[in-house]
Amino acid sequence: MSWEPVVGLEIHVHLKTKTKMFCRCPVGFGAAPNTQTCPVCLAFPGALPVANRVAVEWTIQLGLALGCEIAEHAVFSRKNYFYYDNPKGYQISQYDLPLCTNGNVLVPGSDGDLEVGIVRAHLEEDAAKTVHVGGRAGRSQGADYSLVDFNRGGTPLVEIVTAPDIHSPDDAKRFLQLLRQAIVELGVSDAEMEKGTLRVDANVSVRPAGSDELRTRTEIKNMNSFNFIARGIEAEVERQIAVWESGGTVEPQTFDFEASSGTLTPRRAKEEADDYRYFPEPDLVPLEPARELVERLRAALPESPVTRIRRIESELDLERATVLVTGGLDALWSETVAAGADDVAAANVITNNLVGAGVDPGEVSPEELAKLVSARKSIPRPAFDEAVAKLGDPDFSADPYLAQEAVSDTAEPEPIVEAILSANADQVDAFRNGKHGLLGFFVGQVMKETQGKANPRIVSELVREKLSG
Amino acid sequence: MGAVVDTLRLTAEEAKALLERGELSGAELREAYFEAIAERDGELHCFLRTVAEPDGEGVPIALKDVISTKGVETTAGSKILAGYVPPFDSTVAARVKAAGLPLLGKTNTDEFAMGSSTENSAWGPSRNPWDPNRVPGGSGGGSSAAVTAGMTPWALGSDTGGSIKQPSALCGNVGLRPTYGTVSRYGVVAFASSLDQVGPVAKTVRDAALLYSIIAGRDPCDSTTVELPEPVRLPEGDSLAGVRVGVPTELNEAEGIEPGVKEAVEQAIALAQGLGAEVGECSLPRAVRYGMPCYYLIAPAEASSNLARYDGVRYGPRVDGSSYQEMVDRTRDEGFGDEPKRRIMLGTYALSAGYYDAFYGQAQKVRTLLIQEHRDAFERFDLLVCPTSPTVAFRIGERAADPLAMYLSDVLTIPSCLAGLPGLSIPCGLSQGLPVGLQLIGPQFGENTLFRVGHALEHAIGFDTVPERWR
Repeated sequence: MSWEPVVGLEIHVHLKTKTKMFCRCPVGFGAAPNTQTCPVCLAFPGALPVANRVAVEWTIQLGLALGCEIAEHAVFSRKNYFYYDNPKGYQISQYDLPLCTNGNVLVPGSDGDLEVGIVRAHLEEDAAKTVHVGGRAGRSQGADYSLVDFNRGGTPLVEIVTAPDIHSPDDAKRFLQLLRQAIVELGVSDAEMEKGTLRVDANVSVRPAGSDELRTRTEIKNMNSFNFIARGIEAEVERQIAVWESGGTVEPQTFDFEASSGTLTPRRAKEEADDYRYFPEPDLVPLEPARELVERLRAALPESPVTRIRRIESELDLERATVLVTGGLDALWSETVAAGADDVAAANVITNNLVGAGVDPGEVSPEELAKLVSARKSIPRPAFDEAVAKLGDPDFSADPYLAQEAVSDTAEPEPIVEAILSANADQVDAFRNGKHGLLGFFVGQVMKETQGKANPRIVSELVREKLSG
Repeated sequence: MGAVVDTLRLTAEEAKALLERGELSGAELREAYFEAIAERDGELHCFLRTVAEPDGEGVPIALKDVISTKGVETTAGSKILAGYVPPFDSTVAARVKAAGLPLLGKTNTDEFAMGSSTENSAWGPSRNPWDPNRVPGGSGGGSSAAVTAGMTPWALGSDTGGSIKQPSALCGNVGLRPTYGTVSRYGVVAFASSLDQVGPVAKTVRDAALLYSIIAGRDPCDSTTVELPEPVRLPEGDSLAGVRVGVPTELNEAEGIEPGVKEAVEQAIALAQGLGAEVGECSLPRAVRYGMPCYYLIAPAEASSNLARYDGVRYGPRVDGSSYQEMVDRTRDEGFGDEPKRRIMLGTYALSAGYYDAFYGQAQKVRTLLIQEHRDAFERFDLLVCPTSPTVAFRIGERAADPLAMYLSDVLTIPSCLAGLPGLSIPCGLSQGLPVGLQLIGPQFGENTLFRVGHALEHAIGFDTVPERWR
């Protein structure tokens, strides 16, 4: 029997507002612990929350970007539970009346588009950060003591819940890449998994292919890169298939993904189900965004990544278009092509060389990049790499690198190639007897002789030509 | 020392005039009240602490201990906040400070304002100035008894289901529970957020109106506040011509209303008629029957959540344990008294999965019906009248062992609290030698009407607010 994974995602996005969700303490990283706090975010007696208007507007905008309906009447609710990172004893979240519902995101794919439903996107506050000291590193169990830093507590957080519309680890990754790019382009969050400003939990189940049943699902947490998410889902799908196929039953469970080993560790099972005793937050009034505001925010949305992928796909291909757009590279690509570069070559240089060199695409001059792309075959490789690496420097000019083009003239390396070949007669014989791996040896010798200035591609063609002659 | 001040009789308005005319200095006035406290608080135990050298040259004030005061310990009558000194002022404390009113001290309250007698205070009960063997009412018994005993010209209380109005009735003074949303709750230790409301306690309706004008109005730190639709008018004149007074049958005929209370209230209603008011009967069919059960679902539910922050992590006493959970359990077990524990359990249950719809959800629907029922009544009437408390002050210990009997003290104040409406209690006579309170209930933002009618009736009734034993 073949099995189909059924995956839904819960995504938490930190909004990069200047101040917290329910008080006016600054939001930011790196401050000394518990210096960005006040009576409200420390839950002193009598302190009251006041909702952050910008956070509400950004959530509406994010909801609109996800194709959601924006509620005319949304309500904050209290989610009650005791934990030291939750100072009020409840988290202010949204429950039955969230701000954004019923959206969907199209992920362009080579076998047709994947449509991922967005069940809801709601606004809540983040918990404080805890540091466990002693015991097993980073775990509360067995720690000598725990320290709580309330600086993060109260940071605005949007929770996005997808429908279980994702059916492969790779689709999960592609959806998330697209989603992340949309969020970053809205300017509402840095959405960086390493920093924890984007967090993803996956709900995973499997079912016989072709069926539409929903079997028991498990949850995977603690995955801090898109690749780990794909690997975590893959591992859990395999585990569940094995359980079903051996006649067992999948139990509801929560796992942590251990990146180092690529394995899933079950969290300690709880004795009883959570009962958060949600009820409407009486300290806040309902959110009733005016329709004019919603329409103004809709009109201000940037062109969506999906629309741009579609447009670029017609000029290149889906894969390159997706990489350019989800990498935030498509604007530079368009401008570089407009400046005269070949479209495919520009895409390759941008997605491989430029990204590989860690250059900020926002700092690159498309005109200079276009010059490099057009001259890439004639400039010596080291010079080209160096030029690419420096593309982000202020006042970068490609011209000094283009001037090195003359060195790569075929006329120049030819005598050097001949000299190298005659000095290595044994290797020449071996090559002619089928040891073609020696090509690299000859090219290397020539490059060494020219101090790396020759174009290795041209040298390699020359060597092959001479040896086959 | 200038004029000799009889703090038992001096109203805030009169004190203000003395200060303005320079006949008395602020320091002399404060000293008079500190002397009264020294003389009478040993018996009455209204103050949990006094402020040695308060700031401000205006008419002094006392604040119920649920109101956060920067630099002055605020315990809400609970051991779990013993030693807690707020690093910030509540908005109402800031407003009275800005108005130049020096803080004499913090007054006793049932723990977290949960109670009707102040017997639930972790720091011991307050006593009624009319008869120290009796309770002053609650939860704001400390503020109310302090006003009657001349230990402060006026005070602030907080009212969730009757905690301003009922103590004012039992101590024979004036207490206003304002329209929900007109006074900021920021910095007021929360009991039940959708019901809590701060208001004035005073000797006269005009004093109450004056203090209300100081504390009322929108506060950007409390999203549930609004700007007053009209300014506060200090009441003048005795005519009630054209005022339509409704007498809700259910609130005036309820089981448990003492005959002496009923009689005093009926006389007050007759006086209102004599002043030109049109008096008519009306009905609030669900108010008494469902008000109490509805309140005892909603208030404990919100309290169970509001009191979750007292975990020993950030402030207040901590009882250590071998784990976080154990530390929290021990801290809360030691820190909370029986009444908060009872209400936390009730409220947790009412919000639990599977019970929410039947309890909390249903109570909210009933609340909506009560709001509608009151709104209907106010289409025919400008205000409603009934007793504030079904009984006069009861003996200390009399109801302490019977929570339900205690809860029934608020049966007449609770319905309008649930409806978010303003209520004013004024003394309307004596029964068994103890004060009886008349409750005037207004429509939303109807404070000016309550002040006008309360003021006129106050004059007509001529109640002497000084307890007989001190005359």
